[in-house]
Amino acid sequence: MKVVLQNLTKIFPSRNKRSNEEVVAVNSFNFEIPDGKLIGLLGPSGCGKSTTLYMISGLLKPSSGKIFFGDDDVTELSTENRGIGLVFQNYALYPHMTVKQNIMFPLENLKGADRPTKEQMLERAYEAARLVQIDQLLDRKPSELSGGQQQRVAIARALVKMPRVLLLDEPLSNLDARLRLQTREEIRRIQKETGITTIFVTHDQEEAMSISDLIVVMKSGLVQQIGKPQDVYDNPANLFVARFLGTPPINVFNGRVQAGKVYIGDAAVLEAAGVPDQEVYIGVRPEGFNVAEDGPLVCQLRDIEVMGHATSFLSSHEASINPVIRTLKDADRHITVEGDTIRYSLKPHKTFLFRHDDAAERIECEVK
Amino acid sequence: MVESKQQWKAWLYLAPAIVLLLVFTVWPIINTVAMAFMEDYSGLANIGGETSFRVGLGNFTKVAQNADFQSALRNTMLLCLITVPVSTVLALLIAVALHAIKPLQKALQTIFFLPYVTNSIAIGMVFAAMFNVIGSVGTRRPLISSYGIINDVIRFFGGNWVNWINSGSDYWANMFVLIVYIVWNALPFKILILLGGLTSINKQYYEAAKVDSTPRWRVLWRITVPLLSPMLAYVIITGFIAGFKEYTSIVGIYGESMGPVHAPHRLNTMVGLIYDSLASNNQGRASAAALILFGIILVVTLINLWVSKKRVHY
Repeated sequence: MKVVLQNLTKIFPSRNKRSNEEVVAVNSFNFEIPDGKLIGLLGPSGCGKSTTLYMISGLLKPSSGKIFFGDDDVTELSTENRGIGLVFQNYALYPHMTVKQNIMFPLENLKGADRPTKEQMLERAYEAARLVQIDQLLDRKPSELSGGQQQRVAIARALVKMPRVLLLDEPLSNLDARLRLQTREEIRRIQKETGITTIFVTHDQEEAMSISDLIVVMKSGLVQQIGKPQDVYDNPANLFVARFLGTPPINVFNGRVQAGKVYIGDAAVLEAAGVPDQEVYIGVRPEGFNVAEDGPLVCQLRDIEVMGHATSFLSSHEASINPVIRTLKDADRHITVEGDTIRYSLKPHKTFLFRHDDAAERIECEVK
Repeated sequence: MVESKQQWKAWLYLAPAIVLLLVFTVWPIINTVAMAFMEDYSGLANIGGETSFRVGLGNFTKVAQNADFQSALRNTMLLCLITVPVSTVLALLIAVALHAIKPLQKALQTIFFLPYVTNSIAIGMVFAAMFNVIGSVGTRRPLISSYGIINDVIRFFGGNWVNWINSGSDYWANMFVLIVYIVWNALPFKILILLGGLTSINKQYYEAAKVDSTPRWRVLWRITVPLLSPMLAYVIITGFIAGFKEYTSIVGIYGESMGPVHAPHRLNTMVGLIYDSLASNNQGRASAAALILFGIILVVTLINLWVSKKRVHY
């Protein structure tokens, strides 16, 4: 089932009656979510990603715009009739029911010809439980389960009625780091096995990048960029997207373009032919630095962090906007640095130029 | 552990409460138990310096064989068994409805809570006035100047007027008035407790139910009631305890005769009987009746707790 969002907008009226400060939580969101894909809505808190999800679920009514499931306009349809599955951030498992009762609950609500027999319900509940691998826990109460197990029960409950669209609100935020890694692979596997169009919300860019077919980066109600995770990472539309994606984050410098050359401070680091002279932000991914004895960018070395699979150099430069410049090197290439300065040359395809204004749009050009 | 040096301080702070409890609660309880086993004991005889009594179970057998006791026990049981379930179900429905509406919620909450802060004797008198028929009711050709508000309403809709509480009235008519009064009087406290319980239920359960297209009655029965079960258990247990101690409501409507003019004592309850025994200077029997009432309340509460253990979640 493809999901189409047309000029979807949500405006929350001002809390304070005197001031007329409305909050535009989502601002004309246009997107066609292809059938059977896993979509990650990504952004910092307050960017409107959860609001978008709840509008798709029907629990929130859009201020304007339309939502289509396939060719059906569901904008005016209430949640009950949308046929969606929703996994809440805190799972919202009914505490007084066993796992089995929780999973069967949506089926027991079905009416008329849709209503399966008791045996079919049990069969489907077992099937959903097997899919998320909790079939040994069916007679437990939610309070007797770990966070990860509760999460799976919540997914099973959302899947058991075969929803047209599966929505997940910050599905991993209540799990510890290791479980998060495991569960996100689970979500990917379950989504692939069922083929249900799935939309999930997260503020964790790594989470979104690792499992999504497409990611939507949002900021203050506006969609910043939509694309495949790697494409968005490699071609950020603006400085916000560039900074939001990637750990460690991108290094940003104040710089300028003069006569086709890119300067950080007085050092001409790269060439950007055809770009008019102007002040720019220069973003360089942590893996975009080469340590070179004659490199043009001279930084003060602060520290070296050894992480096993990689080594990271912490250095500083007066033009850097980040307090620390963090660069990554594979551990198998052994680099020794002497003294307290380190010199870098920059990889052109890991270096981006952005306009030096509030929007900080990317300057499309070929950096060499 | 509090250090021993500090302990006397703790006792000092507790002393006022402990002294009051000892004098007005513990001592009377001990006395009640003792007096229940003292046959032919009279508190008044004490003043004359003459105390003669035998120790035995005579008070209990006399109370149990007393016809008044049997009718009081039956009245009390009936009132409990009818008013507690009715008021609990009504309170639940009203609380859920109140919780669901936004406008006027606070105002309605106040209205529903008013009976709780009003004197129950005064309310009883108002109820009596509402059901009272003024005129010669019992005669063959009644001459009536006022039927009372309730009968006026019945007559407005074309029904026959009922002799609710006056001379010649039926036992069940009397009971009906009493039940309406007790249920109405019991509602505010129950609504308050249940409303408090409702506001503490996480809204996401209802959103989840909505996503799963759960019908309303099913949400109430499968989600709200189980999640409210601790409050419901509390409301039911305290309801039974209050029901077994029913007394003022009857005095409020029927006066101290505890019944309509032609049949005094017909609506007497256990507590009423205890007061009657005290009034007729029979402390022994009053104590025995009090202990029997205590035993009944204890058993019913234990049954309640046993049931709620199975039914109450978490």
